[in-house]
Amino acid sequence: MRKRLTAVVALAAMLGLSACGGGDSADSDGPVSLRMTTWSANEAHLKLFNEIAAEYQSSHPNIAKITFDPIPFESYTTTLTTQIAGGNPPDLAWVLENAAPDFVSSGALLPLDETLRKTDGYAFDELAPAATKLWQADGKLYGYPFSTSPFGIFVNTDLVKAAGAKSPAELIATNAWTWENAVTTASAVAAGTGKAGLVVRDFDYKGWDNLSTIWTGWGAQAWSADGKTCGFNATEMVDAMTFLHRAIFTAKALPGPGTAADFFAGEAGMTITQISRASLLEKQKFGWDLVPLPAGPKGAYSVIGQGGMGVLKKGKHADAAADFLAFLTNPANSAKLAQFFPPPRTPLLTAATLAKTNPLLKPAQLQSVVIDGIANGVVKPNHTGQAELSQAVRSALDPMWKADADVRAVLDGVCSAINPLLAK
Amino acid sequence: MPVLMDDVAGRAEPRPAPGGATGSPRRGWWTSRRRDQLAGLLFVTPQLVGTALFVLLPLGLVVWYSLHEWNVLADTFDFVGTENYRELIDDPKLPGVLRSTLFFSVGLVVFNLALALLLAVLLNQRLRGTVVFRTLFFSPVVVSLVAWTIVWGFLLQDNGGVNGVAGAVGLDGPNWLRGEWTALLSVIVVQVVKNVGLNMVLFLAALQGVPAELYEAARVEGASRWTQFRRITVPLISPTILLTSIITVVGALQVFAQIAVLTQGGPGTSTTVLVYYLYQQAFQFHQFGYGSTLSVLLFLIVLTLTVVQWRMRRKWVFHEQ
Repeated sequence: MRKRLTAVVALAAMLGLSACGGGDSADSDGPVSLRMTTWSANEAHLKLFNEIAAEYQSSHPNIAKITFDPIPFESYTTTLTTQIAGGNPPDLAWVLENAAPDFVSSGALLPLDETLRKTDGYAFDELAPAATKLWQADGKLYGYPFSTSPFGIFVNTDLVKAAGAKSPAELIATNAWTWENAVTTASAVAAGTGKAGLVVRDFDYKGWDNLSTIWTGWGAQAWSADGKTCGFNATEMVDAMTFLHRAIFTAKALPGPGTAADFFAGEAGMTITQISRASLLEKQKFGWDLVPLPAGPKGAYSVIGQGGMGVLKKGKHADAAADFLAFLTNPANSAKLAQFFPPPRTPLLTAATLAKTNPLLKPAQLQSVVIDGIANGVVKPNHTGQAELSQAVRSALDPMWKADADVRAVLDGVCSAINPLLAK
Repeated sequence: MPVLMDDVAGRAEPRPAPGGATGSPRRGWWTSRRRDQLAGLLFVTPQLVGTALFVLLPLGLVVWYSLHEWNVLADTFDFVGTENYRELIDDPKLPGVLRSTLFFSVGLVVFNLALALLLAVLLNQRLRGTVVFRTLFFSPVVVSLVAWTIVWGFLLQDNGGVNGVAGAVGLDGPNWLRGEWTALLSVIVVQVVKNVGLNMVLFLAALQGVPAELYEAARVEGASRWTQFRRITVPLISPTILLTSIITVVGALQVFAQIAVLTQGGPGTSTTVLVYYLYQQAFQFHQFGYGSTLSVLLFLIVLTLTVVQWRMRRKWVFHEQ
């Protein structure tokens, strides 16, 4: 009976595939088409990818087409998972750092070591161990960390000047670039210009993991390194969140819940984000600067967001996809990708090299934010089952985004909500 | 023509040949009745195939998936029997989700039907400009749902258009999408304004079918406008009320995009309705088996409510015959 039911399901799946699918069959001997999902629809990014793909195709006649399929960032992992569930997985995919533990530990991705090592001129040993750590399991590499991007603060120098506040550059010069002073500057911008002071980009009182760019300065962490113990009610986190709560509701340095402000549209004095956003400033008319994150009570620090490229085992042409990945990330192409995404290759991680491909950023900015950031950075929170954890934290943190919130009680509530998930 | 007449009258049976023979056996089997049956079958076959492939098969698959633990990333699909249904009963979040679903559905149905009926009655008057107003109220129905919701997301922000208007008349509006009750109310209002035009048009059509003589007779008898509405209008449009209430209840239980765009189930879990919860379980947490179990629960709730509404029609829906 069970076999018969399984056969019915298999038949249905085949019917579904034949109805919805298209493209090559797995055992096709002819030229193959590869598809890679990305969360960037940026024209410059796609142009570079297509140029590299065209170069690869010219030397690989077995590859008929390589397409890059941008999926909106907000629903990226969900859409990717749905494509896999629906029997239509891409051949290659970008994977966010918060989804990395699930993708790496589940066996969804093809191990890449062998293919990368045997590729002529690949220089596998150039990959920085700190950058590849998140993408490894059982000594094998399951994702190439194409972007290891530290968070920095973009500053609208015109707004800061208009508010008569001390600019981050001035504060850095006097060794006074601390969170206390950053909030004072942001608060002055908000009060003096009517614009927002400081925006934690992509937070919007939902994407709480972006707050790690602040709380790491207090030495706080969402959970312990082994992922078993909740860190939200530790003293460091309570102190960091109390500071943040005051910055929002007392100092009015950050726009409150339900208030939108886009730094890149000139609506905020400062924003915490990654350097790949610099391309949004290309045509802006206001003056701007890029500075490292301010020092917290525990001193200077850096937080890194990572993106990895992986080959889906269930893709139709996994081996061909791995071969293309080796080409896409070889030393020459890594240098090209470095103009948007800080690479994991150590020889490329110099201010002089990055400056060649990042004309919008000064070598000093690249050194302080990118090079030093990667060397000392902590990766944003990540855990197996992160989506469920993330939802539980978001929901439990919501009561904190009120002026009269009891910060410690809310953070105790966060730990109560996620402890069962951490124990899984 | 004679052949056609024979066909229509069903008299095209082959006549017995002299001596009792009926001609070729094939011709005897191929009667006009059988031809009609075949034609009928051919006409309904596409619909039957479509229903089987795109309704019954997915429904069966969802039930089948609900008996499994399916990890898409690990590519495992293990039969667990009724384990997911036991998890459903023990799920500590489910009562809150069902409560939110109930509040949302009741609020939506009451607001939508009441407003649609009120608008229909007002726009059923023979006054200048009613066509313009009908078009205005109906136009949101044809707007893209996601675009509509994104725009409302901006309007409902703390510094958005709604509070801007409130501030202009001296009112201090709440932070609509951040308060538990205001968030739920906001989603209901956004959905009502989007779809009220559809029910309004259905009510308008029904109102225009009410015989004017009945109102004339009622007026002669001295009935007030309210009495006319209660004793004539409501009973005569009750079949439409039944139809719109079924459509609206089913729609309310399936609301998703508005929640996903406006609140993502928050603040807390105040706007996490059943469809959004099953989306989270299946597509965000990768628990497709449990997500399918929640789908079965939703299907049973919709089925039960629809059957109950349909059965209750005997008590309150007016049938002239």
